[in-house]
Amino acid sequence: MADKKHKLLEVKGLTMDFGGLRAVDSVSLEVHEGEIAALIGPNGAGKTTFFNCVTGIYNPTKGDILLHPKGLETRRLNGLKPNKVTEMGLARTFQNIRLFQDMTVLENVMIGRHCRTKSGIFRSIIRDKGVREEEQQIVETCYQLLEKVGLGDSANEFAKNLPYGAQRRLEIARAMATDPFLLLLDEPAAGMNPQETADLDHLICRISEEEKIAILLIEHDMKLVMNISNPIYVMEYGKKIAEGSPQEIKDNPKVIEAYLGEETED
Amino acid sequence: MLRDFKQSLLISAWFVFLTFPLMAVRVNTTDQVVTWRLMNMVWVAIGSFVLSYAWRFMLERKKVRKKTAEEGADTRSKLQIKLEDMSFRYKAMGGLLIVALVYPLVVNTYQTNIMISALIYVVLGLGLNITVGLAGLLDLGFVAFFGVGAYTFALLNHHFDLGFWMTLPLGGVFGCLLGVILGFPILRLRGDYLAIVTLGFGMIFKVVMENWDSLSFGPSGIANIDKPGLFGMDMNLAQSTTYIYYIMIALVVFTILITNRLKNSRIGRAWIALREDEIACVAMGIDMARTKLSAYALGAFWAGMVGVLFASKTTFINPASFTFMESAIILSIVVLGGMGSILGVILGAFILILMPEYLRDLSEYRMLAFGAAMALMMIFRPQGLVSGLRQKYEYKGTKDQVNNG
Amino acid sequence: MEYFLELFFGGLTRGSIYALIALGYTMVYGIIQLINFAHGEIYMIGAFVALIVAGICTIYGMTGISVLILAGVIAVIYACAYGFTLEKIAYRPLRGAPRLSPLISAIGMSIFLQNYVLLVQTPDFLPFPSLIPDFAFMEPVAYIIGSPELVILVTTFVTMILLTLLIKKTRVGKAMRATQQDMNMARLVGVNVDRIISLTFIIGSALAAIGGVLVASYIGQVNFYIGFLAGVKAFTAAVLGGIGSIAGAVLGGLVLGWAESFAAGYISSDYEDVFTFGLLVLILILRPSGILGKTRKQKV
Repeated sequence: MADKKHKLLEVKGLTMDFGGLRAVDSVSLEVHEGEIAALIGPNGAGKTTFFNCVTGIYNPTKGDILLHPKGLETRRLNGLKPNKVTEMGLARTFQNIRLFQDMTVLENVMIGRHCRTKSGIFRSIIRDKGVREEEQQIVETCYQLLEKVGLGDSANEFAKNLPYGAQRRLEIARAMATDPFLLLLDEPAAGMNPQETADLDHLICRISEEEKIAILLIEHDMKLVMNISNPIYVMEYGKKIAEGSPQEIKDNPKVIEAYLGEETED
Repeated sequence: MLRDFKQSLLISAWFVFLTFPLMAVRVNTTDQVVTWRLMNMVWVAIGSFVLSYAWRFMLERKKVRKKTAEEGADTRSKLQIKLEDMSFRYKAMGGLLIVALVYPLVVNTYQTNIMISALIYVVLGLGLNITVGLAGLLDLGFVAFFGVGAYTFALLNHHFDLGFWMTLPLGGVFGCLLGVILGFPILRLRGDYLAIVTLGFGMIFKVVMENWDSLSFGPSGIANIDKPGLFGMDMNLAQSTTYIYYIMIALVVFTILITNRLKNSRIGRAWIALREDEIACVAMGIDMARTKLSAYALGAFWAGMVGVLFASKTTFINPASFTFMESAIILSIVVLGGMGSILGVILGAFILILMPEYLRDLSEYRMLAFGAAMALMMIFRPQGLVSGLRQKYEYKGTKDQVNNG
Repeated sequence: MEYFLELFFGGLTRGSIYALIALGYTMVYGIIQLINFAHGEIYMIGAFVALIVAGICTIYGMTGISVLILAGVIAVIYACAYGFTLEKIAYRPLRGAPRLSPLISAIGMSIFLQNYVLLVQTPDFLPFPSLIPDFAFMEPVAYIIGSPELVILVTTFVTMILLTLLIKKTRVGKAMRATQQDMNMARLVGVNVDRIISLTFIIGSALAAIGGVLVASYIGQVNFYIGFLAGVKAFTAAVLGGIGSIAGAVLGGLVLGWAESFAAGYISSDYEDVFTFGLLVLILILRPSGILGKTRKQKV
């Protein structure tokens, strides 16, 4: 079934070295339209480094990152700056929340609209009708996004005053404001209680279905992703050790040994 | 209580020890004289004892404030709340403008002159506020742009007899250009490196102006720079001072208007986001280089422009006016007033420039106080006297009408 | 050739002083990622305290290298006290604050300390008594390297050896290296991070004071403003060598010393400071990690 779907992101043999340390070792994965893919693995497996390579924060040592936007030509993302990657329709969130703390919730999301709007310095000074309309549109769009993630009532609060779970949802709203067709979520459930996690799962599914945004998410805890993602990729020590449906992953002896084994120990 | 007392005693003793050689002894190795000033030690002992109590009190208060903020309570001061009320703001601004317009008519030329300097620093502060306050790029060589504006006018006036009004925008443009030229290579640098490089540029500017005699006339500077003209009218000193004062008021209003619009625009938001978190900022699709450059160049623009006015006001400039200390003063204006806050910067400029003028006896302690204020502000009130006011956005609730509050 | 050698040793002397000050910057930066702007002021305070001690001694008739040593020891003690207090007052309350805050606080403290010395002492340059005798054994080479230069070179060399031993061989040194690599991890394994940070400031200040005393007795005058330029230059040296790296600071100091000495000797001394800053800008643009620095992985 996956074969029929349009392939959005294709990563081939991605390798990232830091000095002598190989943090990611020729990892390949694909994300198709409509999918919620997951990348899991124990701490320090290189998942976040993988994300950072894909989103342009690091320039990978080897490998290809190819983006196939629908109806547009394929683009190679290697070496592109993060803002260019985002402009191409690939947005992300961060594992350690990186909100603009001293801006309001609404303004945080408005930043996401920056690359989709275009008032320059001079027009911002003159503030002509076009600029005013654009501003109003930014506000409306962002407010709707906030409603979607359930933060409509906190729009005018400072981001730093939000509770933890809400900050994570705000990060998602901010990323969605950049109009992505693929969303990369880095441990979106980290630090959340079970109720918040359940809400989040629900939100991710809704984004995938209603907004038609494909999702690739990193999770440390394997159980969380089993319900919502397919396919799942497993990394350990920088290498991809398994991929497949949740059932396949569950039954994979390598995964059980490398991942669940470690889990039961602590 | 007893613990606090003991601690304060200890601190007091420590500071007596610390300041002993520098404050109690003065050695003049030229005349071979040693002066003992043991009385100073008593003052240090008492002073540090009292201050240590104040310090503890302030730290305690900071903790309490932080806690109330975490609980979501309102931590804004009464002034802040008042200022966020738009109608009050308009009224206050109108009142201030009237006072500003009447001011030179009721005071003498000397007072007007002082006010002009304060206004010059207001514009400089507002310019640096874009770079440091909004975009978070610490620029320690800001005075170079001010100097470029001043030298632009002085040289064009000297060689080509160009007038003030012709050069005013040119000064801004040159400041801006220099900002772009310097900015291109250095804006990739991280915040603290940027600070030190800009500090270097500020110093290079001064050294070059001192040594490049054929261009800048060296340390002796350029004299007889024209004052601003008004349709070729002849003006006496008082009249021309008043005239410059009004030009300055216009310039300040112009600056406030434009920086305020920029602050609340798409560009301004990008600046603030950049200040808050660079990585998140680029990950949200903002072009970091371009955003930084625009903040840097626009800040420089105001410095260049007001530099022209400075040259024209003093009719004489030399490199000594453009030292690091000037950059430091402008920075303390922004820090004290409130980074990112236009009103705060204006307030900061008035406090820091007018206070030493009117408290002459204390003016030698000026830089000492500025330095201490910068550190203390960062520790106890990092948002400054007046924190940046947020624009309120109006939006329609999608399904049901939501009040924005 | 003679001229070249003179410039070479002049640069070496100058560079070794830069290296001493640069070590303070680099060690502090390595641990808390802060440019300690007031570090140059600590150097100046060291020089000033030494001047006061040496001044009193000479006025009461004592002289010679033992006075210099006494002045140096007291200067080091005071510089350490100032460095320790500085960290405690101006930087410790700002740990965890946005990056710009401690930096601005540092600039504020730099201005404060400069003006403090200006006010309680004097704005004038004060002559520093010359306490280093001309050693007889130096006579044959005195036209390229004098006795004061020799004293500076030997002192800095010994100081650096001691510092290296401290960092490489002792428990404290180990704790310092651990804190530098990962502060949280160091804390978890039982390192008292606050103490290590204080200690770093104290060691850095001691080095700066040694540099201050040596320079003061070499150049022969002291003023409240000497710390500022020296500080900026030493920082340049630290960046040049690779900030955070001890060997880098030494190398950077020497390279900078030579660059300045040769540029001033062969090109023009008017623009000496311009060369320094030009060099700094070039390094930061071309190789921000410096000669020996490792590119630090940015944590995301």
